[in-house]
Amino acid sequence: MPNDLINKIEKHTIAVLVDNEPGVLARVIGLFSGRGYNIESLTVSEIDKANNLSRITVVTSGTPMIIEQIKAQLGRLVPVHRVHDLTDEGPSVERELALVKVVGTGEKRIESMRIAEIFKARVVDATLTSFIFELTGTAVELSDFIGLMSQLGLVEVSCTGVVAMSRGAGGF
Amino acid sequence: MAEELMSGAEIILKALKDQGVEVVFGYPGGAVLPIYDAIFQQNDIRHILVRHEQGAVHAAEGYARSTGKVGCVLVTSGPGATNAVTGLTDALLDSVPLVCLSGQVPTHLIGNDAFQEADTTGITRSCTKHNYLVKDVKDLARTLHEAFYVARSGRPGPVLLDIPKDVQFNSGPYVAPQQVTHKSYKPQVEPDPARVEEAVELLAGARRPIFYVGGGVVNSGVEATKLLTQLVRMTGFPCTTTLMGLGAFPASDKQFLGMLGMHGTYEANLAMHGCDVMVAVGARFDDRVTGRIADFAPGSKKIHIDIDPSSINKNVRVDIPVVGDAARVLEEMLRLWKGRAKRPDSAALKDWWAQINTWRKRDCLRYTKSERIIKPQYALERLRDAIRGMDHYITTEVGQHQMWAAQFLPFDEPCRWLTSGGLGTMGYGLPASIGVQIAHPQSLVVGISGDSSVMMNIQELATAVQYGAPIKVFILNNGYMGMVRQWQELLHGSRYSQSHFDGMQPDFVKLAEAFGAAGFRATKVSELDEVIRKMIETPGPVIADIVVDPTENCFPMIPGGKAHNDMLLGPADKPESATPEDGMVLV
Repeated sequence: MPNDLINKIEKHTIAVLVDNEPGVLARVIGLFSGRGYNIESLTVSEIDKANNLSRITVVTSGTPMIIEQIKAQLGRLVPVHRVHDLTDEGPSVERELALVKVVGTGEKRIESMRIAEIFKARVVDATLTSFIFELTGTAVELSDFIGLMSQLGLVEVSCTGVVAMSRGAGGF
Repeated sequence: MAEELMSGAEIILKALKDQGVEVVFGYPGGAVLPIYDAIFQQNDIRHILVRHEQGAVHAAEGYARSTGKVGCVLVTSGPGATNAVTGLTDALLDSVPLVCLSGQVPTHLIGNDAFQEADTTGITRSCTKHNYLVKDVKDLARTLHEAFYVARSGRPGPVLLDIPKDVQFNSGPYVAPQQVTHKSYKPQVEPDPARVEEAVELLAGARRPIFYVGGGVVNSGVEATKLLTQLVRMTGFPCTTTLMGLGAFPASDKQFLGMLGMHGTYEANLAMHGCDVMVAVGARFDDRVTGRIADFAPGSKKIHIDIDPSSINKNVRVDIPVVGDAARVLEEMLRLWKGRAKRPDSAALKDWWAQINTWRKRDCLRYTKSERIIKPQYALERLRDAIRGMDHYITTEVGQHQMWAAQFLPFDEPCRWLTSGGLGTMGYGLPASIGVQIAHPQSLVVGISGDSSVMMNIQELATAVQYGAPIKVFILNNGYMGMVRQWQELLHGSRYSQSHFDGMQPDFVKLAEAFGAAGFRATKVSELDEVIRKMIETPGPVIADIVVDPTENCFPMIPGGKAHNDMLLGPADKPESATPEDGMVLV
């Protein structure tokens, strides 16, 4: 492999199926911090109550060799069942959810509402001086929306981080 | 019929027995009193009372590595567990199977900053292969069996179970090991046949091949070392081993090039540098082995056999990765090799051996003999001759004496050489010797040591005396932290910052006597053989204090940041010309 490819930093979205047991998230996070890997986003939630399984979605970046290491290191954690690199394994859908609080009156308030409509954001809370918008989309869409809102009275943002799934009929 | 209930402590003892545990190394305390009470009331499992929990873990490592069984440790909560951390980390880096049981404060007090409470699973998460906090006695038996399974399966390692005191008292059901299967941890043992085929094909086309063998082959078991030896002999290829791999291939075999790496032999390192096909078996391309990565074995095709997929392509990109148990992979390779007509070019192989033999002629382990003062290398040569043919085990601490022992003592069998490789833990050797001796009461166990390292767990001499474990501690006493001094001399302008004890190390002969052991000292060359003889013949634990040349350095040496073909061969080689500034930052 040529040098520029070896050293190229790539962003990967990795899905990890784990036993939902105490400390499992700490193990995954500790692996990243202990070995100096990056976490750009991390989400986790139980997905199968009967089998006590959780799914962790982690967005990370590194050279191809580092990404390979990350997957191998995740794979050898004892409570980890499966590791899938969604970036490598064909097309996938990635979504994030953001709650965005905007405070303002008059023209700015109206403008924030217009933009929210364009982005198909929902209003989930409203007062005479504020809105909370809920927006689901890709990281880029969220970032664009938040960028515009920052000029229209943005006061607070809360994001879930990326959840992702491969396209097509195949399962995890 | 109602399920029979037992106390948590009884469940623990029964599970240990069912897992084949014969010996537990430990130290009691408040949070493990129920377990100690259960130990008192049974005779199946022997408890060895150490003097410090770190000693317990190293002793269990010695026991595990010399027997191939899982070592078992029992410590109390808080300081008991934190004292075990160094040993657990050591076992993790050297892939030693251990199960460590730690007591914990009762479940209702967890998180309360209770007396002798520590977040043991938090602290040990990164220094164990896996750990558990068992909060319900119903889970105890299953978790214990799982712990043993995880410790010994795949790439072995230490597993810790943190058991609150109330769980030890509570009553619960017992399940047998056969009833427990792990739901997620199933390491790949069987290799991919296509990869094995590719590997054998590459071997058959090699012109300058080498086997690079690590501790993974020893961990895989005696069978793997036999298969490896067969394959190496059948191919006629040269073989080098890492520090951890010593004994995996017989040192007396003419195909053996000695250890490779920072203090490896000239011929092993140059053969690695010049090879065209490298077969890494159970080795992990550690920085002590590779030197500067960019110049590591340039132009070679690499086969990497390892049970741990995360070892593959971690430091060095390889061409043919084969994930699987070394014994299974080697067995398959042998089978394919035997059934194949294609063989390496014998003329090329002959040239390769001729080249290797010219490197061998440099006699890189040569040192200046002295009549005036005992050279540490000479002391080891005399020890080697004295114990030849005896059923013996060698342990070491960490430093110059460790590297000299690796260079000068030959190992023809696996599991006879016990050293702290990955973590480099001073204080490993003395307790490890005790663990080996407990497992092999009739064998001679010699702990090669330095005057600095031996002080780090010297309290365990009392353990050796208590159990009549006749370990022989062979101190190469130079009054320095020898390896620190060597680096300061070669890389830091001979500024010996804090590496000298100003002659204030204890009198090791008197110290041995104070512990109830025997002590002998050799300060002159003429006294050496007699001291070695007395050390071996005196029953019970012995310290042999061998006062050696304080300025002797360990060669060959590849300074940090240099390549394999850039070695210092002896005092005459100038380190200034050999060590770049950026190399100094590497340890």
